[in-house]
Amino acid sequence: MAAVTAKPSRYTPREWRNLRLGLLFVSPWILGFLLFTVYPLLASVYYSLTRYDLLRPPVFLGIENYTTLFTTDPHFWNVMYNTIYYVGFSVPLGVVAAFLIANLLNSRIVARSFFRTVIYVPAIVPAVASAMVWQFLMNVQYGAVNGVLRSFGLPIIPFLSNPAWAKPSLILVAIWAQGAAVVIFLAALQDVPRSLYEAATVDGAGGWRKFLNVTIPLTSPIILFNLIMGFITAFQEFTIPWLLTEGGPMNSTEFYLVHLYRNAFRFLRMGKASAMAWILFLIIVAFTLVIFRSSARWVYYGGDK
Amino acid sequence: MIRAASPTRPPSPFQVRLQGAAVTLVKYAILIPLTISFAFPLYWMVSSALKIDPQVYTIPPILLPMPVHPRNFIEGWQVLPFTRYAFNSIVLYTVPAVLFTVLSSTIVAYGFSRIRWPGRDTLFWFVVMTMMLPWAVTMVPLFITFKWLGWLDTYRPLVVPALFGHPYIIFLLRQFFMTLPEELSDAARIDGTSEFGILFRIILPLTKPALAVVALFRFIWAWNDYLGPLIYLRDETRYPLALGIEQLRQRANDIGNFSNGIPYLMAVSTIVALPIIATFFLAQRTFIEGISLTGLKG
Repeated sequence: MAAVTAKPSRYTPREWRNLRLGLLFVSPWILGFLLFTVYPLLASVYYSLTRYDLLRPPVFLGIENYTTLFTTDPHFWNVMYNTIYYVGFSVPLGVVAAFLIANLLNSRIVARSFFRTVIYVPAIVPAVASAMVWQFLMNVQYGAVNGVLRSFGLPIIPFLSNPAWAKPSLILVAIWAQGAAVVIFLAALQDVPRSLYEAATVDGAGGWRKFLNVTIPLTSPIILFNLIMGFITAFQEFTIPWLLTEGGPMNSTEFYLVHLYRNAFRFLRMGKASAMAWILFLIIVAFTLVIFRSSARWVYYGGDK
Repeated sequence: MIRAASPTRPPSPFQVRLQGAAVTLVKYAILIPLTISFAFPLYWMVSSALKIDPQVYTIPPILLPMPVHPRNFIEGWQVLPFTRYAFNSIVLYTVPAVLFTVLSSTIVAYGFSRIRWPGRDTLFWFVVMTMMLPWAVTMVPLFITFKWLGWLDTYRPLVVPALFGHPYIIFLLRQFFMTLPEELSDAARIDGTSEFGILFRIILPLTKPALAVVALFRFIWAWNDYLGPLIYLRDETRYPLALGIEQLRQRANDIGNFSNGIPYLMAVSTIVALPIIATFFLAQRTFIEGISLTGLKG
């Protein structure tokens, strides 16, 4: 493969045929990639350098959108703080919770598939439906949680109506919907060879040592995978905060995508929204790279790599 | 602990069993409350759907509504044109999105796995990279483009891109196709079967479970999609169910509009969540296998 890429003239007729066929088969993707990824990416750079409200033609501003966001914009740093807070807690907590639950499910228990189902279903229920029930559950006056607290004479919790509680409440909802990560971890745990645990037992390792020295290293690639996918998703969380708190109270859940959406589709500031999108893109790329680089130190890829 | 106390003597069978029983007890002591808390919100959704207003606002909360009011499911559905929304969700969005995505992604995945051509694996890296691309970056320019095409208030912005394959589904199908032996295709090629013939007559019949997995995923994404319709659809008669629910909430929140607002909202949410939950139960194995595959070689 590597050899043939050097000079096209060296292709045999069969290779030519395969190249044509291969390109023919993947051509829908190539076309889609150009239309729905490459072009929008380039256009996004351009729009981010303009003021554009869809009604009048874009006005070129240079990097003003970016400098305004970083210096004088009254909301940007608050939005950034909210997002980092949300991502920083929900992803590590979610991954750790999913990992522990998967380990629990992987041990010898009865009715494993029942427990797995109950934990997984919240992940696939429509976000709108979950938002409705969580909003109802967490309501201050008539929510079930506060209803129970109240009937025991305990102080109520203003889950969604108090700025100090709103972010943790949304993190709770995010962890509740972590079932996919649990299933992925469970599959990885079931792939860990029995023989390794047996060998560890022979060496006198207890349950905790086996967890630390066998389970974690052998599932670390999947931990990395779930962490990265978790970060990418959490940075772009929109539906739950939009429906549960709409960015409030007092902008405490105005997360990145909520703010971006508001700017683009409520205020029609397409230029500013594009600049925000690019900043987010760079943050996510930087985050992913940092995790990947650090992963060399903690991810174990077995003997075959 | 036991070992440390008596290093020479192995623990007696009784001690081992006692320890085992303690571990089991702790396990279930964590697992059962955990499962209950995971299940509770959805249980609450269904049970509240069966209540009427006085039962909703009672303190302490009523765990088992007595008597039940199943009429909420019908009455709630009729507050807004939900049958219309269901039609939109199914016919205008989910069905075409699933068909288009599966068909196009199958063809593309075949090109990325069953034919050897120079540059294939390099190009596949771009597919993997687009899986990780934040969709927020392309959201605004795509909106501008679709608006320019006059596609606002139609399902085209949500459905037409599905004709060009979905990176995640291409990725999954490619992984499946790679597991099939090369000889299968070679034998057919010698017989003079075209590549399309091989794909549709030999490969696809062997990968039905894989197709089921990706079709299920795509169905869930389309059915649950909220942001897409929120951006592109303004005309209420075109709403899918996801936007319909939010519309119902707004109506229910306008106090005095009608009673049983929360039960209606919960009833409609239950109906909308039901196809997803039912599909999961019917195809549990397929599902779990598909998700498990996601993590492998990610």
